Order: sequence, then structure tokens, then C-alpha cells
Amino acid sequence: MKKLLEKYSAKMVSAGLAESGNPLLGGLDAELEWNREDPAIPVLEEVFGGLSINSLLFSLPAEPYRSIIDYLASGDVHSIKPEDSETRTFMHDLPVIRDFRSDLIIEKLRKRKSVIIRGKGIVTWGTVSPEQAFIFYSSVCFSCFVKFFSDYLRDSRRGSLSREQERVFRNALKNLDKYPDEPPALMSAPFGNREDVYRAVAQAGRMTVEHRLVDSFFGNVSLKWGDTLFISQTTSSLDELEGCIDPCPLDGSACTSITASSEFSAHMDILRLTGMKAILHGHPRFSVIMSMDCEKENCEFRGSCHIRCPEPRFIGDIPVVPGEVGTGPYGLSNTLPPAMRNSRGVIVRGHGLFTVSGEDFNGAFRNLLSIERMCREEYFKLPERI
Amino acid sequence: MIQFKTLLLKGYSYAMTVGWGRILHVDLSSGKHRFEDIDPDVSRLWIGGKGLAGYYLLPEITRSPDDPALPLIFMAGPLTGTPAPASGRICVMSKSPLTGAIGDCSVGGGFGWQLKKAGIDGIVITGVSRRLCGIEISDENVSIEDAGRLEGTGTNEIYSRLKDKGSVACIGPAAEHGVLFSSIMVDGTFAAGRGGLGLVSASKNLKYVTVHGTGVVPVHDQEKLRKAGEDIRRLIAATPALTGEHGLQNCGTAACYDLISCRRMMPTANFRKTFFPPAQSMNSHAFADAYRPKRYGCKACHVLCKRVGEDGTHLPEFETMSHFSALIENENLSAVTEANRICNEAGMDTISAGATLACFSEISGEKLTPARITELLLDIAAGKGEGSELGQGSLRFAESKGCSDLSMSVKGMELPGYDPRGAYGMALGYVTSTRGACHLRAYPISHEILRKPVATDRFSFAGKARIVKIAEDMNAVIDSLTVCKFFLFGCSLEEYSSVLSAVTGTETSAQDLLAAGERIYFRERVMNAKCGFTSDDDDLPPRFFAEEGSSGDGIDIPPLNREDFLEARSKYYRIRGLDGKGIPLENFAEELGLSELL
Ligand code: SF4
Repeated sequence: MKKLLEKYSAKMVSAGLAESGNPLLGGLDAELEWNREDPAIPVLEEVFGGLSINSLLFSLPAEPYRSIIDYLASGDVHSIKPEDSETRTFMHDLPVIRDFRSDLIIEKLRKRKSVIIRGKGIVTWGTVSPEQAFIFYSSVCFSCFVKFFSDYLRDSRRGSLSREQERVFRNALKNLDKYPDEPPALMSAPFGNREDVYRAVAQAGRMTVEHRLVDSFFGNVSLKWGDTLFISQTTSSLDELEGCIDPCPLDGSACTSITASSEFSAHMDILRLTGMKAILHGHPRFSVIMSMDCEKENCEFRGSCHIRCPEPRFIGDIPVVPGEVGTGPYGLSNTLPPAMRNSRGVIVRGHGLFTVSGEDFNGAFRNLLSIERMCREEYFKLPERI
Repeated sequence: MIQFKTLLLKGYSYAMTVGWGRILHVDLSSGKHRFEDIDPDVSRLWIGGKGLAGYYLLPEITRSPDDPALPLIFMAGPLTGTPAPASGRICVMSKSPLTGAIGDCSVGGGFGWQLKKAGIDGIVITGVSRRLCGIEISDENVSIEDAGRLEGTGTNEIYSRLKDKGSVACIGPAAEHGVLFSSIMVDGTFAAGRGGLGLVSASKNLKYVTVHGTGVVPVHDQEKLRKAGEDIRRLIAATPALTGEHGLQNCGTAACYDLISCRRMMPTANFRKTFFPPAQSMNSHAFADAYRPKRYGCKACHVLCKRVGEDGTHLPEFETMSHFSALIENENLSAVTEANRICNEAGMDTISAGATLACFSEISGEKLTPARITELLLDIAAGKGEGSELGQGSLRFAESKGCSDLSMSVKGMELPGYDPRGAYGMALGYVTSTRGACHLRAYPISHEILRKPVATDRFSFAGKARIVKIAEDMNAVIDSLTVCKFFLFGCSLEEYSSVLSAVTGTETSAQDLLAAGERIYFRERVMNAKCGFTSDDDDLPPRFFAEEGSSGDGIDIPPLNREDFLEARSKYYRIRGLDGKGIPLENFAEELGLSELL
């Protein structure tokens, strides 16, 4: 357990979600263990006592998340409502409290996966593994980032930006990730054997994480080789895909895709429609933010634009389509593949970016990076235009 | 009855009105029935389904399975009959004739749905009818009818004859012939399979129960229920194991067959091996090619994981496929469907039947041909020849041959289609399960194999004691809400607590429900302890600690390390509030507000 606690603490730091020495993780089997000593432990032990869980995470987010979350949680806000579709689906809303008190934390965590303690940090839990707590924490940071920058655009348009909002915005700019000028060189086709294919998929996943183009290390990656699609497994961490790649026969003659990514059907249809072989999917932040931006304040679909928006939308040359995770009636498996037919990438509104390339991941990665860069540039042009 | 006032004082209740609050009691000895209005405090505490059924079983648990006073209980949940996703199931409970422990099954079909529409939450059946009988319920009207004409009739035939009367739960000839793993079949194809509950019904001379209801189950806040249901459906749509191209929706539970095979944990040759090479040609795809199936399923479910072929053949579930192929080393696809048909028609648990044949094959050294499989199953159902011995289950059969170690069972109940050497949480879950070797109580396959909610290391016991305990509590809640466990691959109690609040009008949370689940599961340990179960019964057959599985494809399947296993089990005992022998601790019972149970 201790090893797992240390692993996720280190991941939080390497992903820029917390500063070194800050994450506090506790794991409970028959005994309770912590990754380090901390004065907060007695309160958190009471939280363990009040909930049926096996892990708990408490940390102050690193900048820019810290200022952003403090800003969103200020005033008499009791909960933050995320607007990106992934967090909406899995987290519903993000409760906020003021005091670091076990009874208040327990009350909120009885119903939700996270609680934000204003100015002090975020607490999340897991019932199976500290990995769940890590994912929930990361989702809070990601969704608050997206919400803050989305609200900033909206309020610029309305002319209702507050000073505090401006201050937090400027501060956040100082802490944005830098993207490399050139994408890294990835393994190139042709691949001689299955082992090379596994290695290429794992490498593409790891690079996507290292360049911070995903949230919670999630996203998905696939490569067609011969008559098989090699795809990352559901809930796999893109930086640790070794052993977590499913080989799925294209003729559907085996059900091994039952553990494959929830976007397996979309990947298969993209392959069929485009003839491409490599697919990358990440959640780069400005692609998500820009995909949600809309000037029509009184639109009848407000609140459900991520699944119902009927407007044809583009950011530069990149189509933006509605659709939610999976295969439901509004599933992105219906909207994404056709849009990919003539494009190097497609953004699913409020969700993330999919890119493709012919034989290996080099093109797909280049597209992922350049589309995100374009979205970021477009974003910062918008307030100026407004 | 136990007084629960102390529990309520301790704040363990969450105010909630669950179901109609109405239980039908039928005494087959006197032929009389009555309706009971349940004490609202009791239904709040125990939710419904498994939780509430256990309330009625507890005082009678030390009785013999054929004691007339032992109740056979059908209990719907608070969500049954509403549009809440996958809520159309029902709990059937009694003492298991196979194990002597608590025996309960969650079963689909329309029985719970009709019962709730009839204005009834559950049925508690006691006594013995002088002649073979059936209970017929139509809204308020309850009658006990002569069923002599149905003696020896198969379950599908009974369903065909009685379906005009509503939903039908019945037993087949296996129960009438004393098979210890006989099932109760609902609406022809849905099985309350495990533990021999069909035999309890047979010992009461009860062949069937039909129920038809015309009422509308009240929902406190329809709009809130619609939204909460939408949240669940969205999560289900994002879950490949359920709605993915090769998930349960598209391939049925047969979808697991390839996965378990390529994880090298498919029980083969009575668990002597864990890999069955012909499995590749006996998978879901092969069945789909051979039978061109359509899907169907339980009430209020949109996943619909059951399959019926073009010619009307009901296709086997994963467990049945696995045991009637790999476990008995049968390579013939149609022999699997035929075995499934015989078991369902005769009313026998397919898992115990397959595992008992595998045990027989190992002990006798006989290779089972398709014809022999059919012959043995028909003999078991008819209580004929070797069949009468095999109908007592693998443990009694193996004991009678002086080799009890060759029964692959826990507490006398046979292991299902996941080899414990391939998933250590499953190994622990098999022994802590209160009803014997059951994969569904803790369902570690969810995280160890299907990666939900996140993946755990399947070859490690680290952390598994608490994971198993929490999952048992969670699944006890799910069986009390009488919701389908498969839905938990995609969502959690967080979403179902919103559904429950919408239906009942009282706020509750995932953690409130987990606390209720902990009480329900602890009470089952109490019941088993009263029946004499101890840590000696919480153990796996020696084979799993001594023999390795079939390693290959870069996957090692070593024997389980006994010390690690015992350490994990003792951690589980501590977490569950049991002493070193697995007996419930008084102080823990007190903490849960359950000291009056001991
Ligand atoms: S998923 Fe299958 S078992 Fe579950 S409720 Fe639906 S049809 Fe029934």
C-alpha cells in the first residue's frame, strides 16, 4: 500500500498538480498507512472513521490550479459545477467547504467524490485504490481550469470581468505549460512484429502524458497492425500502458475489447472511414475550452450543448462535434468518426481532441500538439477582439 | 422479533419510506395467508430485497432446510416496479440445503415487478402443503391451488402453461427428486440458481408461485428520478464492459469467455488446469454464428444481456459456457447448449451441475462425451442411478468416494468460472462469501479483470481485505435495492442513492447505504455462526495452494501462497469485526447497533 501511496504522490507532482512534499495520501487495509507525516493526519483519520473507503488524498493544488480553485470557491459558493462533459458525467458537481473539519468533510464525501476546502486544498477518496483518489483530484483541477478560462471568455463578452478575475487570469498565464516547438520523434512504421506495435502504442501514450496533453493520465491510443487493432485498455494510465493494451481482431471474432477503451467503437469506425492506422486521443485544455465557447447566450440548447448543439463548428480547420463518452444515443461514437473523414483531427465538444495519421503515431502526435497550440492562440486572441 | 429501537437511537436509520411496507405471509400447512404492515423502522433499516429478507430468516436460521417453519422468502426492493435503471430484480432467500448456510439469489424476470404492482413488497412462505400446490396472487387476491397435474413437469413447460396468470416462479423435477442444487426458475429462463433454494420449495410441496399486479408503484419525484436515471444511463454508455462493441449488451455475459481464457484463469479439467485451448472456437462469436441470437433481459434494463437463438434456444451465460466446456473438457458447442437446456428445464444450478460432473470425471477417470453429459444430467434431475449420488453435489459425492479434496467447493458450494489462482481478490472473496463459493458477493473480477472502477493487481493480496469487505457491503446494498450488479461496472452507489431519494422522497447518500450494507453482511455472518460455521469453512480446496495453473503467453499462474492467503483472511476478519475463528465480535455488533442479534 505504501508503494502505491508514494507512486500517486509522485504522479501528482510530475503532472504539475501539486508541489513536491504536499500530497498527503492515506491507505487503509487492516491498518492505516500514510505516505508521510503531517499535522492534518488526525482530522483525516476521523474522516477514514466516518466513511467506508480504503484511501484518502489531501493536497493543496499547485499553481495555476490553486488560485483558480480559490477564486471559483470564493464568496458563498457551496459547490462548483464543472462544464466539461467528462467531469459532469463522472463527478456531477464539486462541493466546497470553508473549514478543515472532519465532520464537514465527511458530510460532503458521503455524497461526492471530492471536497474543496477553500484555501486549504482538495480531499478525495478511493474504495479500491489510491488511484481513484488521484483521478478525482486531477479531475477537480482540470475541470476548474476549464471552467475558469471558459467563464473568463463569457464574462469578457458580457463586460462583467471583476478585478479579482483579471488578477487570477494574469497569474494563471504565468503558470501555463509550455509546449515544445517540435514534437518528439516517435517509433516509425513499418513495425516488424507485435512487440514493436505494443512498444509504439505505449510510447505514444507516455509522450502524450509527458507533454501534458491529457487529464488524469487518461485518453486513449490505438494502432492498426495487420488484421488487429491494438488499443489502450479502459482506465489505463497513458504513461503506463505496458501490459494494458488489448489486441482486438478487426473481424470481431474475439471479445477481448471488453476491457478496451470506452472509445473502442469510435476508433474502429475512424479506421474504417479514414483508412488511417494510428489514433491518439487526449484532453488538451485549450482545445476543450475553445470547443465549449459560444456566443449564443439564450440558445435553447444551453446546458446540453455538449450533446445537442446543432451548429456546424470549427476552430481553424478543425471540426468540433457534440457527443458524450461511449455508445449511447448521444455518444461520440456517432458523431466523431464521420467528422474525421477529411480532417487531421476532431474536437469533441467539452471532452477532448482526437487526431489520426497514416502508419505510425508521428503524424497524430504532431496534430495533437499543433491543434492544441492553435486553440491556445485562438483563445488569447478572443479577449483582445472582444 | 428483535427490537431495533437501539439501532434507531444510535442514529443508524436514515428516514425513508421504502416500498409499500406490505408483506404477504402464506402458511402452506394451514392454507391461510395474511398481510403484514412492516414496521417502518424495520424497512428503513434493512432497505428491502436481501436486507429485508434476512430480517425474516434470522430467527429461523438454525432450523433444518426441510423444517416446515423455515421460511422461503421472495423480496422485492424499494426501486422495483419503478423506471429506475436495472431495478426489476428480486431476492429469493432461505437456508441453503446444499451448504447449511444462508442461501440467497438475486433473480431477474418479471416476478418482482408484478409483485410490486400487486401492492406487495415480499412473500414469506412457511409450512408444508399436504399435496403439491401453487400459490396464485392477483393484486389483493391470494389462493393456494392444487398442482398435482404439474408433478415432474419441467420449468419451461410450467411457464408456458401458467404465464397468463402473470410472472411465474417454479421448480422443476430436480427439486422434486431431492437435488441439493436445484433452482427456482422465474419466467422460464431466469434462475435463482445457487444453493438449492428449489429444494426448500419442494420440501414445502410448493411447485410454483404466480403473481399479477395492476397497480402503479408510487414515485415521490418523477423528474428527479428521470434525471438520476439519465446520469446512470450516461455512465453505462461510457462503460465498454456493458455497452461497448464486445460488452454485455452486444455479446451477453458470454463476452467474458475470451477474456477469462486469455487471462489464463479459465477453470479447466476440474481446476487441474487454467487454460482450455479449444476455448477460442467456443466463444460468444461462435455461439452467435451458430444460433443468430436476439437479446432480451430483465425488467427496467436497457442492457439486456440475455440471448435467445433464432430457433428459440436460450444461450448459456458465461459461467455455464465455461463449466460445460473447459471444466469438463467438452469441445462440443451444442453439448453446452443442451446441458444448459436440461439444467434450466429440470431446475438445476448450472455451476454446481457442471462442477459436480467435473469432480465425477476426475474421480472416475471417465472422459465425458456429449452423450454422457446429457445422460448424467438427466439422471441427476430424475434422481436415477449415479445421478442420485451426483445430485447431492460435488462435496458429498467426493466424500463418499473418500476424496473430499477433489470437490472444488467452499462451504459445499462449487466454484464458478474464475480460477482463484488468476485473481487473488477472487480467492479471498470465495471464502468470505456467506453463501459458499460465489463470485458475486465481492465481485473482485470487476477491478481485477474488468478494470472497474480502476484496475488492481490481480496477483496480489495487498489491500484486498478491505476492498473485498467494502464490495461485499456495496453488493449487499445492491441486492437489497434489487438492482443488477452489472450496472456497478459503470456507476456507483452515489448515483443509486439519488435514485432511491427520488423514489422515496428522503435524502440518502452512498455512505448511508454502505453502512446499511455493512449491517446486512455482518448479520449474515451472525446467521452462519449460529449454524456452526467458523474459519474452518472459510477456506479453499487444497489444490489451489499446491498445484500451479496453466502458465503461458507471458502469464505465470503459480499456486496461491497459503501464508499470504491466511494473512489476507485474518485482515478481513479484523475489518469485518470477527474474531480469529471468523465469529462475529460482540463489541463490533454493538458498534453496528446489532448486539441484539448475537
Ligand atoms: S444487465 Fe442482464 S442481468 Fe442485469 S438487469 Fe440487464 S438483463 Fe438483467
